Amino acid sequence: MGDNTLVLGHRLSEWCGLGPALEEDIALANTALDLIGQTQMWLGLAAEVEEQGRDADDLAMLRDVWDFRNLLLVERPNGDFGLTMMRSFLFDHWHHAMLSRLTASSDERVAAIAAKAVKEVSYHAERSAEMVIGLGDGTEESHRRMRAALDTLWPYTGEMFVNDDVDERLARAGIAPLPTDLRGGWEETVRDILARATLTVPEEGFAHAGGRSGARHSEHLGHMLTQMQWLQRAYPGATW
Amino acid sequence: MSNHAAQPYPGTETPDGTPRREWPLWEVFIRGQHGMSHRHVGSLHAPDAEKAMLNARDVYTRRHEGVSIWVVPSAQITASNPSNKGPLFEAADSKPYRHPTFFDIPKDVGAM
Repeated sequence: MGDNTLVLGHRLSEWCGLGPALEEDIALANTALDLIGQTQMWLGLAAEVEEQGRDADDLAMLRDVWDFRNLLLVERPNGDFGLTMMRSFLFDHWHHAMLSRLTASSDERVAAIAAKAVKEVSYHAERSAEMVIGLGDGTEESHRRMRAALDTLWPYTGEMFVNDDVDERLARAGIAPLPTDLRGGWEETVRDILARATLTVPEEGFAHAGGRSGARHSEHLGHMLTQMQWLQRAYPGATW
Repeated sequence: MSNHAAQPYPGTETPDGTPRREWPLWEVFIRGQHGMSHRHVGSLHAPDAEKAMLNARDVYTRRHEGVSIWVVPSAQITASNPSNKGPLFEAADSKPYRHPTFFDIPKDVGAM
């Protein structure tokens, strides 16, 4: 959870000062801040559970590509504004479904973080849905770009719903839902909104995977981490 | 099928009828607490009312400012002309009896 919010939060922060309108710029930066705030909570909990003497900053700034456990979707480059909003839209609705379930986690700390995050994320999901509808069902040019964005990003959504051994252990302990259980609700919501955006879900069932296991990140994550981590790596322990 | 691009909102055209290249302007009103009235806090650009509402949340309510938001297309507001200031406001200057300042209000009453 923390790696997803960290990577997407950083990606959205790359828009700061570049948004297509002042209001969009503020909204993107606010969303990035929400996600980075959630990262502090998730990675703080991860560091506490790990008991290796590390903290959230260490986990964010001193791990390399292969140690990250984020979805490949969130490390996709920003592209144009439409691609960015489509990426957020596909992620936000998964994120909201996951957090809603995590509020009932058997681990109180997980439930507490989820309860705080889910309010922010329901706003993210509403905003990205409005944007996808407005742009998909907009001009010929905006529709074309949103269709291209959906075609590009759809194959990265399958990874959100694949169970691994860790997921099954967590589900048995009542800590987190099985990823496969989230698929039905997510698909229904996303397809309904895409239909209102006059966009058609690609037929092809191929799904990229490897981000959550760390086995196969795309080259984009490494580039992003060099940007994100250079200061902490050049001046270890630097604070401000 | 609705088509968002085919539904012009007030202010999406310039006075000579050509499409604007900017989103229309909206005025934002926020109610600070229950029982208070909505107060004008500023304006913003947005393509439609729903997105104006979302943008208002980002631009004006990030610090717990309110319990309710109104957005109104700026083009729908009819404003007084600054040159009419005299006839509109100054005529009351010589009529102090119109101001309810001659009553002693007990402190316990609070704001009236």
